[in-house]
Amino acid sequence: MVPDSESKIKIDHSQNRIDPEGLNFVMNPYDEYAVEEALQIKESKGGTVQVVSVGPEESVATLKKALAMGADEALLIKDEQTETYDGLRTAKIIARVVKEKFSDYNLLLFGKQSIDTDNAQVPSMVAGLLDWPQVNIVTKLEMEEESGTAYREVEGAVERVSFSLPAVISAQKGLNEPRYETLKGIMAAKRKQVPVVSLQELGIQESDLESKLKLGKMSPPPTKEAGKRIEEEPEEAARQLVLFLHEEAKII
Amino acid sequence: MILTYMEVREGKIKKSSLEALSEARRRADDLGEALEAVFLGKDLDGLAEEAYKYGASKAYLLENPLLENYSSSLYVSVLADFINEIKPKAVFFSATAMGRDLSPRLAAKLDAGVAADCTKTSVKDSALEAVRPIFAGKALASFLFSSEPWIVSLRPNVFPLIEPVSEKGEAIKKEVTASQDQAKDQVVEVKREEGAELDVTEADIVISGGRGMKGPENFGLLRDLIALFPNAALGSSRSAVDAGWVDHQHQVGQTGKTVSPDLYIAVGISGAIQHLAGMSSSKFIVAINKDPEAPIFNLADFGVVGDLFKVIPPLKKELEKFKE
Repeated sequence: MVPDSESKIKIDHSQNRIDPEGLNFVMNPYDEYAVEEALQIKESKGGTVQVVSVGPEESVATLKKALAMGADEALLIKDEQTETYDGLRTAKIIARVVKEKFSDYNLLLFGKQSIDTDNAQVPSMVAGLLDWPQVNIVTKLEMEEESGTAYREVEGAVERVSFSLPAVISAQKGLNEPRYETLKGIMAAKRKQVPVVSLQELGIQESDLESKLKLGKMSPPPTKEAGKRIEEEPEEAARQLVLFLHEEAKII
Repeated sequence: MILTYMEVREGKIKKSSLEALSEARRRADDLGEALEAVFLGKDLDGLAEEAYKYGASKAYLLENPLLENYSSSLYVSVLADFINEIKPKAVFFSATAMGRDLSPRLAAKLDAGVAADCTKTSVKDSALEAVRPIFAGKALASFLFSSEPWIVSLRPNVFPLIEPVSEKGEAIKKEVTASQDQAKDQVVEVKREEGAELDVTEADIVISGGRGMKGPENFGLLRDLIALFPNAALGSSRSAVDAGWVDHQHQVGQTGKTVSPDLYIAVGISGAIQHLAGMSSSKFIVAINKDPEAPIFNLADFGVVGDLFKVIPPLKKELEKFKE
């Protein structure tokens, strides 16, 4: 669950946090690719799609969306500490729930990063904690019985990565086109219960989750003043722009 | 001691690793710590000298034939063992695809924190403070660490290189143990297409097209401009990607890539907040748009109000003339 990408972000300095007022929370866009991929694998190979979220009660809405898309089961792990910028906390909780409840699953799909903290840490951390293989920022995935092949784009090249199962995969834009929920799906999701478990019920102590990263100050990005703006004939505009690139930007 | 991970691709050190090393040198000076570099690979001869030049006094060359092809699980396993042995105070990575893949898994293995994709570091009261953009740059947050090692990854193209110093240092070559079953994931092929386009995150100049381009056929206009610069790449807004005009790998913005090139030229891009988030840290911004109210102009160092289809052809001519 993240503020959508059109959101204007305001800092609430009194509480050193992002002001939640007026933000429209949606499923993290990269998670949509992960859910879609899980559904496609289920449709072609069989299996069960379980969706899990760590967060406050409000995250049920996100899980309901995944159910409406076609996921079989949902689980919310209730964690009220929402303003955490330490991916390790979330990763420890997820690794624990996988061990406790989902040890027979062989593929964990994530979005490559949340678009709020932009950490891109949780998938690799979960893989590390479980000692599973990982492939991040995947744009194509091929699954076999006990292994798989993933493609990822890295700085102008495409890597083909083979991995054994169970494995952790994080989804990049381009992996698929997430489906829209159908009316039937939305109705079915409404009827489904989303079970909620607490950290305590999972046997997790707050002391196991002590953050290694302490949030300091939040600040707005440096503001930039608008520079020169011209409205000339195209030839003259082009001439002035080239002059600017040479004399001020010193690019050419 | 501060350790910097050196990324090697096709036998060469990535420039962004030298940037990370340079920044680590500055922080090592503040802290009065030594700076050392670590390389992983099959055959690492001839790479250490470059690390000395950018401030490392020691270079660890961890070699094994199995390290020839990148494997997240194996690389982290080797790195974690090594770090547990030499116990650095901090570990610096460049936030490339590899750096952002390795550092969190390593942090999980070491039960350490990692500040990812940082754009500023400093030392206060003998502790490292790292600043990183959140919400794709709509806000900045600073972080301190509560335990060592402090792990950071640094955004490429943001940190200046230091003036090259001594080319002398101590190389420590280690044949590390590694087994195939530690490589639970492994790169089996790297495809770099002939004449492949430069990635936006690696370019000095990014020229991006948006909805105003009107269709995929017109992106040739921008590619012609790109060809006139030595290190330029094609970017785009989300709407151009969602319309299927260009591939998603070109997308700049909150659900695309974040770039900070020397020059960013936005062509036919109005400047939705999620796009601005991905490019506002560019050093110089030029906008060409026919709508004088377009928000992109609020950010532009140089704005041209005009029809891009009329402005681009003479701009190309002027640039060609200038090159001569």
